[in-house]
Amino acid sequence: MPEDKPLTGNMRPDGQALDRRAYERAGGYRGLRKALSGMTPAAVTAEVKDSNLRGRGGAGFPTGLKWSFVPEKGPHPRYVVANGDEMEPGTFKDRLLVERDPHQLVEGMILAGYATGADIGYIFLRGEYKLSAQRVARAIAEAYEAGYLGKDILDSGYSFELYLHLSAGRYMCGEETGMLNALEGKRANPRAKPPFPPASGLFGKPTTINNVETLCNVPHIIRNGAAWFRGLSRSKDGGTKLYGASGKVKRPGLWELSMGTPIREILEEHAGGMRDGVRFRGLLPGGASTDFLTDEHLDTPMDFNEVQKAGSRMGTGTMIILDDQTCPVGMVSNLEHFFAQESCGWCTPCWSGLGWVERILCAIEEGRGQPGDLEKLAFQARFWAPGHTFCALAPGAAEPLQSALKYFRADFEQHINEKRCPWK
Amino acid sequence: MLTPEERAEIEAEFPHYPNRKAVCIDAMRIVQKHRGWLSDEALLDIGELLGMSAADLDGVATFYNLLFRRPVGRHVIYLCDSVSCWIMGSERQCSHLSKRLGVAPGETTADGRFTLLPIVCLGACDHAPVMMIDDDTHFDLTPERIDRILERYA
Repeated sequence: MPEDKPLTGNMRPDGQALDRRAYERAGGYRGLRKALSGMTPAAVTAEVKDSNLRGRGGAGFPTGLKWSFVPEKGPHPRYVVANGDEMEPGTFKDRLLVERDPHQLVEGMILAGYATGADIGYIFLRGEYKLSAQRVARAIAEAYEAGYLGKDILDSGYSFELYLHLSAGRYMCGEETGMLNALEGKRANPRAKPPFPPASGLFGKPTTINNVETLCNVPHIIRNGAAWFRGLSRSKDGGTKLYGASGKVKRPGLWELSMGTPIREILEEHAGGMRDGVRFRGLLPGGASTDFLTDEHLDTPMDFNEVQKAGSRMGTGTMIILDDQTCPVGMVSNLEHFFAQESCGWCTPCWSGLGWVERILCAIEEGRGQPGDLEKLAFQARFWAPGHTFCALAPGAAEPLQSALKYFRADFEQHINEKRCPWK
Repeated sequence: MLTPEERAEIEAEFPHYPNRKAVCIDAMRIVQKHRGWLSDEALLDIGELLGMSAADLDGVATFYNLLFRRPVGRHVIYLCDSVSCWIMGSERQCSHLSKRLGVAPGETTADGRFTLLPIVCLGACDHAPVMMIDDDTHFDLTPERIDRILERYA
């Protein structure tokens, strides 16, 4: 196995998925065999804790710690859910993992299930990922045939059932309690917390929810050990990371690199720098719900702590690049339109505030901005702070808005003063 | 009435969930696949099998982007309107599609061939602008490419 790229190094260059045998030849299901033949569930969790694996969905919560919250004694059935909703704008990393190496996710699910004493797993995929769905369904069937799923897996006494759920589509499904409601056949509104899912989650039972990329790392950690995993990284957070870049760069794409690779290296060496004729102005480091960073932050290592120190969040690690030929007000207007549309309507600061912000931004972009608009926008962004709403949608919507007001204030003012968009 | 085929496909989902109500999103997807959209009658049919009211099902259906409570054309075009595609010019692709099809986003062509819908990020941002038609994703769109792609859908 190409050791520096455990997640993607075995993928076929022709774009087809690895089938079970190819996955096994590349070392697949050895982690599962190792866990089931000689490790207690607590030892699996301890290994993951020790690896410094942090959640790849965007929040960066330590995975082993999350698993340890599931009480050892408690009601059954218990659940593990893979979050493959991937609706964060600008994010296209989990699609690659499920399309090209679905068994890696299946093995990660079984290991997460074993560690948390779960009986049933759901892979929650967004409905638009048709090819992913076919390939995951096939991988699940192959894993059942080979005895990796079902009753008494590999004669270990451990049993685990795994099902695929295709979403009917809404950003809120990616929020973990929204996802649980969607799996229960309800609107994907978030739930009040506590209780947290490890105590009372899906159908009221203990539940662990992890992002697809997070789960795909687990088989490698169990097979090769926590120290090996930590050694892949250039920072304190363990492992590699799928980094991406979209926008007007020469080579938009996705790369598996050491965690902590500096932004500049990703942009210049991997994405090839900006296209001819456009200049870099800023970027969202990890999806729509992260704060803008600018020139001064390009030497920041892309990991959870360092990007936070720079005033943003690594989020999903897939960067959206703003260039000088693109209007920053138009970009923020597009982002806030997304959040306004996808708000579930439960919390007033979110549904009411987002609608208001969307209309103000649209007015500014169309040359109808008023003095005082920027103060109103800043007020709303503050009002969406964590704790004012049940979930992170509104706090996420605040991030690009508040940072755009900081870094691109002159552009907003120019729109209002000249009563037009200078880019049109 | 559900057709035997619709019923069998829905019932195949029952073992995956601890109660029938949890199957409702799958059930609506299945019926929509066969009928194109979810009429009031479709909701009553599903509700009868799952023990749910049509009102409950309507509340769920209207929450989700991919469940249709109004008729759509033979093919549904989902054009990404999120940020990476917007930077790469999706508004131009949208005007081109609108002009070419003679419909605004949200509308169906008079011949019932296409419905044009905006959709959130399709997760293929390194190939922006992107759209889906039915189950297929189309990448790196330009007006010329769009014209060629549309010809494949009768």
